[in-house]
Amino acid sequence: MGDPVLKVEEIHTFIGKHHILQGVSFAVFPGKVAVLLGRNGAGKTTTLRTIMGLLSPSQGTIAFKNRTIHHLKPFEIARLGIGFVPEDRGLFNYLTVEENFRVAMLKEDRTSRQKLETVFAIFPDLKVFWKAKAGILSGGQKQMLAIARPLVNNNELLLIDEPSKGLAPIVVEHLIAAIGKLKEHTMIILVEQNFYVASHLGDDFCLFDDGRTVNQGPMEELVRNEEWQKKYLGIAKTIPEEIRRAP
Amino acid sequence: MRLSWKTWLPIIFLLPLILISPKTYITLTISGLAMGMLLFLVSSGFSLIFGFMSILNLAHGSLFAWGAYVGFSAFSVINKWTAWGGANSLFLNMLIFLLALLIAALVVAFLGVITERLVIRPVYGSHLFQIFITVGAMIVMEELIRIIWGPDDAVMPVPTNFIGSWDLFDVVVAKYPLMAIALGFIFYLVTYAILKKTRLGMIVRAGVENPEMVQVMGHNIYRYFTRVFAAGSALAAIGGGMWATFVKSIHPAMGGEVIVFALIVVIIGGLGSMTGSVVGALILGLSYNYVAYLIPKAALGITMLLLVIILLIRPTGLFPEGT
Repeated sequence: MGDPVLKVEEIHTFIGKHHILQGVSFAVFPGKVAVLLGRNGAGKTTTLRTIMGLLSPSQGTIAFKNRTIHHLKPFEIARLGIGFVPEDRGLFNYLTVEENFRVAMLKEDRTSRQKLETVFAIFPDLKVFWKAKAGILSGGQKQMLAIARPLVNNNELLLIDEPSKGLAPIVVEHLIAAIGKLKEHTMIILVEQNFYVASHLGDDFCLFDDGRTVNQGPMEELVRNEEWQKKYLGIAKTIPEEIRRAP
Repeated sequence: MRLSWKTWLPIIFLLPLILISPKTYITLTISGLAMGMLLFLVSSGFSLIFGFMSILNLAHGSLFAWGAYVGFSAFSVINKWTAWGGANSLFLNMLIFLLALLIAALVVAFLGVITERLVIRPVYGSHLFQIFITVGAMIVMEELIRIIWGPDDAVMPVPTNFIGSWDLFDVVVAKYPLMAIALGFIFYLVTYAILKKTRLGMIVRAGVENPEMVQVMGHNIYRYFTRVFAAGSALAAIGGGMWATFVKSIHPAMGGEVIVFALIVVIIGGLGSMTGSVVGALILGLSYNYVAYLIPKAALGITMLLLVIILLIRPTGLFPEGT
C-alpha cells in the first residue's frame, strides 16, 4: 500500500466553544479515493476545513507527504498541492468561468494552460461557457467548475465536500463519471452523504460519529456491513447490490 | 412595465429644472458632479477595504484629512522652490497640483499600511473591535495633525489657473469643479482598469466575493489586504487633497465630516463596488447641491433620506455585485 500521502492523527478542533472534532484519525494512500461518511454534524466538513488550515486543531497532527501541515496557513497548504472544493462550491459568481480559473492558477504559465486542456477534456461544458459569469451556470455546471478549478495547478490531493448535494440524479451520474476520471490525475478525499455516490467512487471509507472516526477500511467492507450502514449512516435497509452498482 | 432605477433616476435629477433656471441648473450640476467625484475618491477606498477585507475602517476619514494636509505641505514646499502654483501656465499649475497629490498619496498609503499592520490586523474578523480600534486610530491621527500642523483652519493654496470661472454660452462654469470632474473620472477609469484588466484586480474582485476561497487557492490574502489597504488609503489621500482645493480650506476634523458621506455613498452604491461608489457619490453630490440651493437647511437631511429610500428599494445597494 505504501506510505500514506495524508495522515491525520488524533485531531481535536473547536469552533468557538464547541468541541467539534474529538479525535479524528485516518490516512489516505496513493492512488486512492477516501470517502468520509457519517451523519450530519459528525465532523466531516470540519475535518476538511481543518486539513485545509481554515480551522486550527487544538491537538493532534496532520502530515502531507511526511510534512506536518497543521500549523500552516491555508494559502501555504494550498501551495503544497492540496485543492479544496467546499460544500457551497466557493465560486466567484460575478467573475467569468475564465476568471475563476485564472484566480485558481498559482501561476499563469504554459503548464497551467496545458492543464486547462485536461480540464476541458473532463468537463467540456466549461469551455462552452468560458466567457459567461459563473453565477449564471446551472447547478451541475457550477459543481463541475468548482471541482475543475483546483485541477489547473499541480494538486496531488483534492478535498471535495458533498459534490452531489442538491443535484438532479442525472447530473449526479455525470458527476460520478467526471470524478471517476479525476482519479487518474489526483488523489481525492470525498465527503459524501449519498451512499450511492460514495460507494461508486470510494476506494476506502472512514466512518465518523460524534466528532470521532469510528471505522475505516476498504469500501467493499462497508458495502457488505449492513450494521455499520444502519448505525452510522442511518440507512434503514441495505440497497440491493445490483441497484447500488448500476451504471 | 416596471422601470429600472437606471431609467427613473436620471429623470428625478431633471426635476429640479421645474424650480431652477437652466443656467443655474447647469452650474449646480457641475458643482454636484465635482462634489460627487471627490466623494467617489474617498468612498471608493473605503468601499474596497470593506468589500475585500470586511473591515469597517472608520479611520478612513483621518487618512483623507492627512491627504489634505500632506498635499497642502507638499504644494507649499514645491511652490516655494518653483513658484509653479502662481505661474500663469495651466501645465505648470497642473504639474505642481499632481505632484502634491502624488506625494500625499504615497505618504498616506504608507500611513495606511502601518495602520493596517499595527492596529487593524489584530482585530480581523471582529467588526465590533474594528469600530472601537479604528475610532481610536481616527482620534490619534487627528491629534497628530493638530500637533504637526496646528489646531487652526488653514487656507489651502490653489494654483492660479484653477481659480475663477469660464463663461460658456452665458453659463458661469467654475474652472476647478470641471477639472475635478475630469481628474476624478480619470482616477475612476484607472482604478476600474486595474480591477478589471490585471491579475491583481481579478484576485481582489474574487476576494470581495469570497476571501476564504482566495486563500485556499494559494494566494497570500494578507499580502493582498496590505496592498488594498494601501491603495484605499492613497485614494482617500487624493480625495483629501482635491477636496481641500475644492473648499479652499483644511482643518484637523475634516475627515470625520467626510466619513459620514463616504458611508452613505458605499451603502447606496453597494459594498465593494467601484462603479457603485461612483454612481452613489454622483447621486449624493447632485442631490446635495440641488437641495442646498433650494432649501439650504435640508441639504444634509436629503442625503439621509436618499439612503433610506435606496435601502428600501435595493437593500444591497445599486451595484451589489462587487467591484
